[in-house]
Amino acid sequence: MSQVTEYSEKVIDHFMNPRNMGEIENASGVGTVGNAKCGDIMRMYLDVDDNGIITDCKFKTFGCGAAVATSSMATEMVIGKTIQEAMKVTNKAVAEALDGLPKEKLHCSLLAEEAIHAALWDYAKSHNIEIEGLEEPVNDIDETEKFYEMEK
Amino acid sequence: MDNTQMIYLDNAATTKVRPEVFEAMRPYLEEQYGNPSSAYAFAGRIAQKVDESRQTIAAFLGAKPQEIYFTGGGSESDNWTLKGIAEMYASKGRHIITTKIEHHAILHTAEYLEKKRGCEVTYLDVDENGMIDLKELEAAIRPDTILISVMFANNEIGTIEPVKEIGRIAHEHGVLFHTDAVQAFGHVAINVDELNIDLLSASGHKLNAPKGVGFLYVRTGVRIEPLIHGGAQERGKRAGTTNAAGIIAFGKAVELAAAEMEQRAAHEQKLRDHLISRVMAEIPYTRLNGHPTERLTNNANFCFRFIEGESLLLMLDRVGICGSSGSACTSGSLDPSHVLLAIGLPHEIAHGSLRLTLSEETTQEEIDYTVDKLKVIVDRLRSMSPLYEDFVKKQGK
Repeated sequence: MSQVTEYSEKVIDHFMNPRNMGEIENASGVGTVGNAKCGDIMRMYLDVDDNGIITDCKFKTFGCGAAVATSSMATEMVIGKTIQEAMKVTNKAVAEALDGLPKEKLHCSLLAEEAIHAALWDYAKSHNIEIEGLEEPVNDIDETEKFYEMEK
Repeated sequence: MDNTQMIYLDNAATTKVRPEVFEAMRPYLEEQYGNPSSAYAFAGRIAQKVDESRQTIAAFLGAKPQEIYFTGGGSESDNWTLKGIAEMYASKGRHIITTKIEHHAILHTAEYLEKKRGCEVTYLDVDENGMIDLKELEAAIRPDTILISVMFANNEIGTIEPVKEIGRIAHEHGVLFHTDAVQAFGHVAINVDELNIDLLSASGHKLNAPKGVGFLYVRTGVRIEPLIHGGAQERGKRAGTTNAAGIIAFGKAVELAAAEMEQRAAHEQKLRDHLISRVMAEIPYTRLNGHPTERLTNNANFCFRFIEGESLLLMLDRVGICGSSGSACTSGSLDPSHVLLAIGLPHEIAHGSLRLTLSEETTQEEIDYTVDKLKVIVDRLRSMSPLYEDFVKKQGK
């Protein structure tokens, strides 16, 4: 099975030219999620201004082409958004924005969603606020039921 | 070197059909299309050429022509061995010994026999270099052991197993010895008598012949149930219209291998050693997988810490370099390669593996270009890696 031919052009573009790759010093929130089995680890940095707008988002990812591309796409999708809007950046939305992912790579998009949530959780905790619908992140996503549902 | 050129460093996956081999097989795809089993002279000439291939291959192994059975490839030969021996010797016993680093053609067949045929299988551990322990092997032999199957050389990490000693131990205990020599055949000198081999699997496409042809060597006196039932081809042991063109090509490839093996091995080893020494010297936090000396001359396998193999392959592909990896994302499963786990690598390191396998055509220029690109790509992927970020921060403390 060739990875190259199964990835959409957008995935390859975001993999080869990742947007917003790097760190944010003294970020408002940082979240790291991983998947020990598949070997993907994703870290998201967020800067949130006083109005609750995400002004910057950066990532670092250890993982396959799909993991890098979903990280890159997810950062683009949350920058400039309110926290509530960012909560709506789901794995499905990330995968669709990349013109789809090979079936066995769909869990990478889940990782991106979880990484954003983990960063938001970190932000909420340090700023003592509550974000509607946000649950405490699980570090290892393959321990979640959702992960196994996607494997089916 | 420009980016439009492809550098093929995945010769353990498959090799190019050499022009001499293609020329040898071409008449048997075109004008000499007859079925070698037919009665007329037109077909008889083809049957004769098929037998010449059989003789060439047998002579190369120090075997008799009637001990060579042509098959559809390495996987078939491996399946046939395990299933055919398990059935034939069921009254003697149901225990098979193999290793944790075999090709899936052996491992999945062994698992099938365990599940569906009531066999018991011992999977031997290997050390950090991928070598089995002969004492452990001997200790695993039981009165009901019917077969020991240990690969000649590992397809991922290139380690060459102590085949002669394995065969000696097998025979001392009256057990048959099979070796999957798919990676080694034609690359390493093999004499079935000297190395105490009873059955041996090989494949044409790893040795400049086309895909879809292989053989199983079965020592005279060893009984085996057929896997493919049907016509009387291959002396009633393997049915199916004889793949004349493929077999003739395989024979030609073996003829070339026999003449050039030493020269080829020396060429590959020189470049392989150059590749390994440059990578190990110029890319930090790298591990060489496989035995440092007892390994296939064309195999190099590395783990680059903090990065993942599929990303590495994609980036190498963008600069025209073909390699392979044992990362989960390239294996089609969630786990990294069973071979890398068997040599004791933790998951996150096994995910960062890269196998580069050379050919007789590989040049020093290609190797240098590859290392130059590899350095940049590994650096780039590390700059993207949260694992590397954490590592650097820890170092700084």
